[in-house]
Amino acid sequence: MSTTPRPIDSDADTLAVDAAFVIERLRGFIADGVRKVGFERVIVGLSGGVDSSLVTALAVSSLGADNVVAVFMPYRSSDPQSQIDALAVCDSLGIAAKVVDITPQVDAYFERFPDADRTRRGNKMARERMSILYDHSMAERALVLGTSNKTELLLGYGTLFGDMASALNPIGDLYKTQVYALARALELPHSVLTKPPSADLWVGQSDEDELGMRYAVVDSVLNLLVDERRSRAEVIALGFDPGDVDAIVARVRGSQYKRRPPVIAKLSNRTIDREFRYPRDWGR
Amino acid sequence: MVLERSRTGVIPTQESVPEATASEPEPITAPDPSGAVIVALAQFYPRLGDVGVNVAAHLTTIAAAAAGGAGLVVFPELSLTGYFLKDQAPEVALTLDSPEVHALLDASRAGDIDVVAGLILESDQHRFYNASLYISGGDVVHVHRKVYLPTYGLFDEQRYLAAGDRFRAFDAPLGRRTHHHWRAGILICEDLWHPTSAALLARQGVDLIICPSASPGRGLLQGEAVGTASSYDVMTRTYAQLFTTYLLYCNRSGFEDGVGFWGGSRVVDPSGSVVAEVPGAQEAVLFHSIERSALRRARVAYPLLRDERNDVNDAETDRLRRRHTRG
Repeated sequence: MSTTPRPIDSDADTLAVDAAFVIERLRGFIADGVRKVGFERVIVGLSGGVDSSLVTALAVSSLGADNVVAVFMPYRSSDPQSQIDALAVCDSLGIAAKVVDITPQVDAYFERFPDADRTRRGNKMARERMSILYDHSMAERALVLGTSNKTELLLGYGTLFGDMASALNPIGDLYKTQVYALARALELPHSVLTKPPSADLWVGQSDEDELGMRYAVVDSVLNLLVDERRSRAEVIALGFDPGDVDAIVARVRGSQYKRRPPVIAKLSNRTIDREFRYPRDWGR
Repeated sequence: MVLERSRTGVIPTQESVPEATASEPEPITAPDPSGAVIVALAQFYPRLGDVGVNVAAHLTTIAAAAAGGAGLVVFPELSLTGYFLKDQAPEVALTLDSPEVHALLDASRAGDIDVVAGLILESDQHRFYNASLYISGGDVVHVHRKVYLPTYGLFDEQRYLAAGDRFRAFDAPLGRRTHHHWRAGILICEDLWHPTSAALLARQGVDLIICPSASPGRGLLQGEAVGTASSYDVMTRTYAQLFTTYLLYCNRSGFEDGVGFWGGSRVVDPSGSVVAEVPGAQEAVLFHSIERSALRRARVAYPLLRDERNDVNDAETDRLRRRHTRG
């Protein structure tokens, strides 16, 4: 499906990141966002992938190791490398990982629905992890940090009310390739930086196989469409495959509902979010 | 010098504030030939929608600035309320008779210090303006209502606010201790993005443009040098140099709904040089001495205001207006 586009200089520049500056800004974002709502600590679902590893590292850098709880939640089919990497991240940051195996609760549920396909199973796992994370959030008095990057959010490549759920998301305005740039700057373990990105919801799952495109292409196209507001025709004229561009546009439109709160039936004169508009930081 | 009331996530550092900080200046007893007056820019983090907390912080900072010898302390845009108010705008609005405003008037009198503070100002017709007050000796000397209300990108001011309709210079009493006269004007944040605003003040003879701001950082991925800060760097230096005037840019600190304000408050002298600056987004109070003599030197070297062809400007503006009227 994907052809390699010719190198585009302007595009390479616009995806570049001043890692030190952005990291400093995100440290401030985390500390401010956590403390202004009365918390001191955060909790992260750490998978051993680059996104959650970066968020964990940013949190430790912002709040200190004592104020970061990392929860690793494997399923029996999870790649053993995920646990090795998650623990390596924790070691390098001086924090201890909590390990909560989700196999018993997921398997118990699907014993009643044995025909469920792997997408249903993957979504269920993501929501079980969310549910565990929010339970531990209460127990630890720790705010849940999100780990969805801008690429995933725009493509809808995540589970609604699952891995997309959080209180604060430090990396939601960073494309996947930019996440890697920050992860390299923070010197995350080598394996985290080099292994193929995967949601690890079933054996052999790969983000780029599922998307049918490389992240380098997806990020470049999204950056042109979303950030630079280029038209479809302009993006194609820059050398990108029309099929890729259309597939990306369709995914972004098709997943818009995932990025919005639930739709409320309009009845009164002042409906929440439509006419009743207050900042989240109301009085903070 | 650093504010005592610091908010989380914005870590004030003593050493990050430049040398411009004044320590225990001698009281001025005789007219100073340089016409120097110390100004303080309070790079402040207001609590969103909590006027009471913000007034208290203002009073602390006003007293500290007065103790530091400042003749003027400038607070950022909407310093009494915070910026992304949305539906809170009418709820936090004040009038010139409000006790919160009177508390600032009293503080200016008690500290013998002028104050520029930002608020939502409600008119008798119940319109709500994004305004900054110039306060001196217990009186409101000047009110500027923001003319250009940004309503694009992350901004939505015209939904909630009414626009001002004038740029007026005024006599700022900040030179009273040195018997020097200062003419000033206020431009709030987006007003600065329209060069006619600064030009209108220059035509009214200002020596000092005061710009309270609540500028959110964006376009930050490649660093501050290419983000919003670079636009303000260009504008503040350009206006100060071309209009041979001091420019005080006071931006705010902190975050609102994940949007960070980038600080960078600065004093630009009439030659266009940045002579004092807060190097970052932390809460801080920046002190710097501004001098009438620097205005004189700049205007001797570059008599741009003397040479300004207002007659040409007026004639051409009239011609365009007539053509516009004819359609």
